[in-house]
Amino acid sequence: MSAAAAFPVPGDESLFSGRGWTALVAFVIAVTVVVPVLFLAVPETSPLHLSAYAVTLAGKILCYCCVAVAMNLIWGYTGILSLGHGLFFALGGYAFGMYLMRMIGREGQYQSDLPDFMVFLDWKAYPWYWSFTDHFWYAAALVVIAPAVLAFVFGFFAFRSRIRGVYFSIITQALTFAFMLLFFRNDTGFGGNNGFTDFKRILGYRISDPATRAALFAATGLFLAGCLVLTRALVRSRTGRILTAIRDSEGRLMFSGYNPLWYKLFVWTLSAVLCGIAGALYLPQVGIINPSEMSPANSIEIAIWVAVGGRGTLLGPLVGAGLVNGAKSFFTQTFPEYWLFFLGALFIAVTLFLPRGVVGWFVARRAAPGAQGPEAGKVTA
Amino acid sequence: MNRCNRLATVVAVCLGLLLTLAGPAAAALDAAALAKLASEDANERMEAIDAIAAGGDEAAMRVLTALQDGLLRVTPKGQVFIKQRGSLLDALTGAAVETEPEDLAKISINNRMRSQVEGVMAGLRIFSTDPKQRLEAARAIEPEEKMLATLDKALARESVAEIRDVLEVARAASQLRSGDTGARLAAITRLAGSRDPKIKTLLLALLETDAQSRPLEPDARVREAAADAVRAIDRRLMVYDFAQRLFAGVSLGSILMLAALGLAITYGLLGVINMAHGEMLMIGAYAAYATQSLFRARFPGALDWYLVCAVPVAFLSAAAVGVVLERTVIRWLYGRPLETLLATWGISLVLIQSVRQLFGAQNVEVANPAWMSGGIELAALALPWNRIVIIGFALAVLLLMWLMLTRTRFGLFVRGVTQNRAMAACVGVPTARVDMLAFGLGSGIAGLAGCALSQIGNVGPDLGQSYIIDSFMVVVLGGVGQLAGTVYAALGLGVASKFLEPYIGAVPTKILILVLIIAFIQKRPQGLFALRGRSVEA
Repeated sequence: MSAAAAFPVPGDESLFSGRGWTALVAFVIAVTVVVPVLFLAVPETSPLHLSAYAVTLAGKILCYCCVAVAMNLIWGYTGILSLGHGLFFALGGYAFGMYLMRMIGREGQYQSDLPDFMVFLDWKAYPWYWSFTDHFWYAAALVVIAPAVLAFVFGFFAFRSRIRGVYFSIITQALTFAFMLLFFRNDTGFGGNNGFTDFKRILGYRISDPATRAALFAATGLFLAGCLVLTRALVRSRTGRILTAIRDSEGRLMFSGYNPLWYKLFVWTLSAVLCGIAGALYLPQVGIINPSEMSPANSIEIAIWVAVGGRGTLLGPLVGAGLVNGAKSFFTQTFPEYWLFFLGALFIAVTLFLPRGVVGWFVARRAAPGAQGPEAGKVTA
Repeated sequence: MNRCNRLATVVAVCLGLLLTLAGPAAAALDAAALAKLASEDANERMEAIDAIAAGGDEAAMRVLTALQDGLLRVTPKGQVFIKQRGSLLDALTGAAVETEPEDLAKISINNRMRSQVEGVMAGLRIFSTDPKQRLEAARAIEPEEKMLATLDKALARESVAEIRDVLEVARAASQLRSGDTGARLAAITRLAGSRDPKIKTLLLALLETDAQSRPLEPDARVREAAADAVRAIDRRLMVYDFAQRLFAGVSLGSILMLAALGLAITYGLLGVINMAHGEMLMIGAYAAYATQSLFRARFPGALDWYLVCAVPVAFLSAAAVGVVLERTVIRWLYGRPLETLLATWGISLVLIQSVRQLFGAQNVEVANPAWMSGGIELAALALPWNRIVIIGFALAVLLLMWLMLTRTRFGLFVRGVTQNRAMAACVGVPTARVDMLAFGLGSGIAGLAGCALSQIGNVGPDLGQSYIIDSFMVVVLGGVGQLAGTVYAALGLGVASKFLEPYIGAVPTKILILVLIIAFIQKRPQGLFALRGRSVEA
């Protein structure tokens, strides 16, 4: 690639190394063939059979991985810590949820054309922003457009006035908090406290059908693979280099004649859109969305996935999201009261002792066996 | 007409005076009415209750209370007595009876009578000897024409100006439906000075029209006067409403200020946002709770003064936690503000869960001391004492803080390090010590804020979470390094919220304020009051 040639970087120049490509293809085969076969074709008595619970849990974690990859783009590579990514995730979920709610048809409790919560509120017709949501492609477009527009408008004003660092973080937190309050209201027209649930079908297929589950799982896996390729391609490009420069020294970049606004805005919006799509994939698999997805605590947890795995590394977010969510499933089932202690300790320990995350730590060890590399611990926040 | 009315009032007053002067009010009780209480006919009994109530005095109250409590006894001849523990009173005179008459029967009371008695008793309390009870009863009066006689009687003997005022308003309100146009006009004139929304509703009723859109009130002058009076009341209500909201806004603002002061100091000094700051509020509130429990167990006599002791306890416990955090965690993260954010969030999770394990997940009850409950009633304004005390407390903390920052050596160090850390270190300021102490100070002030919050809201493990985002917004809006920014931003946000809330609701207010803050920092990215500097990264 010419851009890459103009800005030589040490190490590998191709998109992925040979081993990288192999791993990617293996992953794609695993999610599209192996898991569906083990889930659908292998009989339940066989030890190799995957339960619906396992597939759903894995699908959920894959969605979280997508969010973590999106978070890594903005935080790991560009150095902007968002504490509001849960908002974009939830917006994508809600946008797609409108479609799923309309597909319930008359199968709801009240056998009405309207969703149950609207019947309950005694509404007679859909509000205007629900129009056309019964078309799949419109809803799918909305999944992209809603987070994109919000991120673009908010980002434009925030970046334009050079809000950065912790200021930006706490304003994004306030943003998601405000939206959470908004969605908690019944009048907002998104089911208030209870949100959306009880979905029946998607594109005519029943959601509870194992085949539908397998398809959704495969779609999530493919989307994740796509996110990884996109991240890698972006980071290697000229734009990616500027993003890293913004992270490392925005002032110097500005003195070199670049305007960081549009670069930041681009990666911020892209990250929001990826989150939105992940939310839309999450919803039919988990089967419920409510405003608590937008709580500040959820958004900040996304940051810790990335921090645990390793910021600014390709695989770190995957590792982090997997580890933390695995631990969460374990703790909330066995010692629910200690989960917050563990999570809190994780936040503290990772920032104090493992600033580059698990993946970063391994990379540093491989670079300088027996000792931490010279770069270790020198991550710009 | 008007003169007629006045004459009637004078006559009524004279009559009332005569009645009062006529010695024991028992004379007003009617033996025949008393006897009717025992009648077989329910209607007759209810008429008797009204007749007794019309007497409107202590004796009537005594009889009716006894009726309510089932203490009335009657002889076959119709003589009524009140049976009390150990003695028998003549219901008519209130004198004790030596020998108990034979064949005493109980006068029973059914539910309909009971509610009727309750109704008339409420009216009768305006004759109570206790001015407090009289005032309460006068306020509770439903304006109806049949109340006029009672009201006149009450007015005649009432000497307390405040109660007279209430009674006169009630009297005027009762006359709004009077058949006499002059009386109606006079009543409207009297009511135009009111500030009670209920009176407004009554006046508005005069302006209503029937199905054929003919006005219900026949006289045009009366209608005009009523419309004028409604406008006058509206204006007055608006002023009071404004004052009430201003007070609520200042109250909220003073709490936000307390919560944000410490945050602004640590942010200005260290460049880190302490996400566990909200939990310092929580620790302060739980310190107040613990002090209260201690006082309850050990010094129940001094329970009213536990709060005085809770203030230093809250400050010290939150400050101690803050210093420990700074030494063990935050110190290692200087220069990495985003990671400090995450680490302090982790700390907040641990603190919340610890409090849940120690005190339980439920809210705990922290009571207002007696001297802080209740409030001042300033005209139509209700100003609760606890809010007033908190506003004063916030001002005192602000003053102390200002003195500390501008008059002490430590304050000088803090300002120096805030402005230029490297230069301060070069001239010998022990920056690490200043960091630690300033962090402790900021946390301690948050503890004070929590102690204040315990007096107006619920105390639970999530207490801090509900205030923290608002106090972040105060810091964003106010800028750092100067107290003035925090003060103006906190009061501004508090007052703005309280003025917007009634129009658009609480949640849209929060969103609108966020939008306004973002719009505002387009103009002034460093907040209201920024330190001027040359750093490109500022």
